[in-house]
Amino acid sequence: MLTITDLHASVGDKPILKGLSLHVPAGEVHAIMGPNGAGKSTLANVLGGKPGYEVTGGSVEFRGQDLLALEPHERAAAGLFLGFQYPVEIPGVSNVQFLREALNAQRKSRGEEPLSGGDFLKLAKDKAGLLKMDMDMLKRQVNVGFSGGEKKRAEMVQMGILDPAFAVLDETDSGLDIDALRIVGAGINAIMRSPDKGVLLITHYQRLLDVVRPDKVSILAGGRIVETGGPELALRLEAEGYDAVMA
Amino acid sequence: MTTATLPTRRDEAWRYADMDALARLGAAALDAWQEITVPADESVTRCFVVGSAAPEVHRIRLTIGEGASAAFFVTNVGSDYTRVELEVRLARGAHFEFGGVTIGGAGVTREFVTQVVHAEPEATSNQTVRAVHWAAATGNFLGEIKVARHAQKTDAAQDFKGLLLEAGASANAVPQLEIFADDVKCAHGATVGELDEGARFYMMARGVDPASAQRLLVQAFIGDAFVALEDEAERETLLDAALAALEGARL
Repeated sequence: MLTITDLHASVGDKPILKGLSLHVPAGEVHAIMGPNGAGKSTLANVLGGKPGYEVTGGSVEFRGQDLLALEPHERAAAGLFLGFQYPVEIPGVSNVQFLREALNAQRKSRGEEPLSGGDFLKLAKDKAGLLKMDMDMLKRQVNVGFSGGEKKRAEMVQMGILDPAFAVLDETDSGLDIDALRIVGAGINAIMRSPDKGVLLITHYQRLLDVVRPDKVSILAGGRIVETGGPELALRLEAEGYDAVMA
Repeated sequence: MTTATLPTRRDEAWRYADMDALARLGAAALDAWQEITVPADESVTRCFVVGSAAPEVHRIRLTIGEGASAAFFVTNVGSDYTRVELEVRLARGAHFEFGGVTIGGAGVTREFVTQVVHAEPEATSNQTVRAVHWAAATGNFLGEIKVARHAQKTDAAQDFKGLLLEAGASANAVPQLEIFADDVKCAHGATVGELDEGARFYMMARGVDPASAQRLLVQAFIGDAFVALEDEAERETLLDAALAALEGARL
């Protein structure tokens, strides 16, 4: 579903990704762990197409398409969802307005009819409920005045509404308390656990993996994948630390 | 009687005006003041979209009676020099509300010039102006507030924000406060910036195309100017006119 081959990317003049290769087939939840500065967020941003991240080599194939050739909004329409480590506040734009515009833009580019206001609200209410988020929150401005945990939950509500084929979740667990972590983890399972979907889950902690239960775990260090294994790899990391496991 | 001569840039209120356009318009046009009086305890709301292919200067003299209120909301989308000038006199306990948007490109100057005189105590005024420009265009807000010696408990505020979509566009804010009373509140703020690239990327990452993302962000930005306008249909008209002007903007 997602195949990254020998990916090199720089921020400014600084090379961050140095030959990263990774394959995530449909139906797989793949966790990426790694020490600070390894390039985890850079990987997420490169996949999302964020300006300022320059790909200097390699390729990314997503559902048979050259992902890197697409604009960010085209990537979204192709089925990619980027969960932000720091969701952006957009004063003056309500979640409902934003998400309806986003969903209908995606539908349009896929040749589908736009969703009516009523149908959209029904869908939004359903997905908000899944994340135990009050509908009133969705009528408020995008992420404005939301706590760190609320922002992350709102990201998952967005994911539920947009229903992507593949999600790249960049430290979705950071800033969450234990209860919120369970809700978000359950949300990821409900929305993305499917034989025709995939997830790249970037995280520092085992706790989220206890809920989401990845099929594979890879260690990203120095801009490359240095080791891939099953869920037990994350447990080893939690117990022994990166230095010991990578030694 | 006519003014006969055109103002010059040395006149503070004409400092950023387009003098060539004024010359084309002619001095006589500057004598056309529209006089509006709001009687005591009454309220008036006016909404209009100004601008055409020729220079326009709209001059309004507004007298707001005791306990009365006047609210003016304007979208300025001229494709030649377009100026809206308001001279306002507030009696005791009166309120003046102003929301204005200048938006456009094509090297054109669009401006609001207000002079709000708090002549008596306990009057309030609130002015919110947003300017969105590109392609070497200029948006100006020259706002003068005068508080008379005995006009205690005056509460006056003006707020200007400029959004420049590309290098070469400009925005000028000139707040001028002349306060002779000692128990008053006068607030003013002015900022000029660019479109929030982080917000734009966030929207695009959710599937919103670049033009729609820009439109949503501009809509949110200028929306502040019309928050105090309760009539939803009027608000739509003003916003739609502004967003229609955005169509030619650079992404």
